[in-house]
Amino acid sequence: MTQTKQFNPRDTGDGRAVHDLGGLSIGPIDRDEHELTFYEKRVDALLMLLAGPKRGIFRVDALRRVVEEYAQSDYDGLGYYDRWIGAISTLLVEQEVLSAEEIDARCAEIRKRLDADGQRVARGAKAP
Amino acid sequence: MKAQTQRFGVGDRVRVRTGQMPGHVRTPFYLRGKRGMIADVVGDFRSPEQLAYHKPGLPLCALYHVRFEQGQLWADYAGNANDVLEADIFDHWLDRDTED
Repeated sequence: MTQTKQFNPRDTGDGRAVHDLGGLSIGPIDRDEHELTFYEKRVDALLMLLAGPKRGIFRVDALRRVVEEYAQSDYDGLGYYDRWIGAISTLLVEQEVLSAEEIDARCAEIRKRLDADGQRVARGAKAP
Repeated sequence: MKAQTQRFGVGDRVRVRTGQMPGHVRTPFYLRGKRGMIADVVGDFRSPEQLAYHKPGLPLCALYHVRFEQGQLWADYAGNANDVLEADIFDHWLDRDTED
């Protein structure tokens, strides 16, 4: 597991990290609330299981750390739960629960099946 | 930064540290270098900066509710002069404020 502390500053030029948005003039907060999608609930459940006391693969603090290591374009461009699942994937590899190859192979299988069924598959950005 | 035992009590005037810290930190950028007052001593917690790297996060770190004047945080603050903001800040991110 790498211990390098990668600091990802936002392009504000003052050294603030990419996730650290408090006080920036970036428009009004979108207060629209939506019912969580099934995908979002599944990501949330996965986090609860992996970070929970029974398995303890990683703490939520580690999830935050990985999310904070996203490049700004990915941080801004990906949805909240997209960032989470990318970070979870990274942490599963970091904690040697799965290998990157295992994850990639399984994703390739799923994409192949969905493509064959004529379903669109979105390709997210690579997690840090 | 090394975690320290509780150094402040309610009413103490403090200043949030500055400096670019790599890794996972919980002190928001907009509070760096700002002056405030200890409103409450929340308790002792494992360091999130260490937990983020699968470390035990010990020794426990004291956590405070620190109160800031909104007028001190924002140059163009147009709200009530008595408005305050409270944030959770860990002990090792604070220094005693000795200025008047």
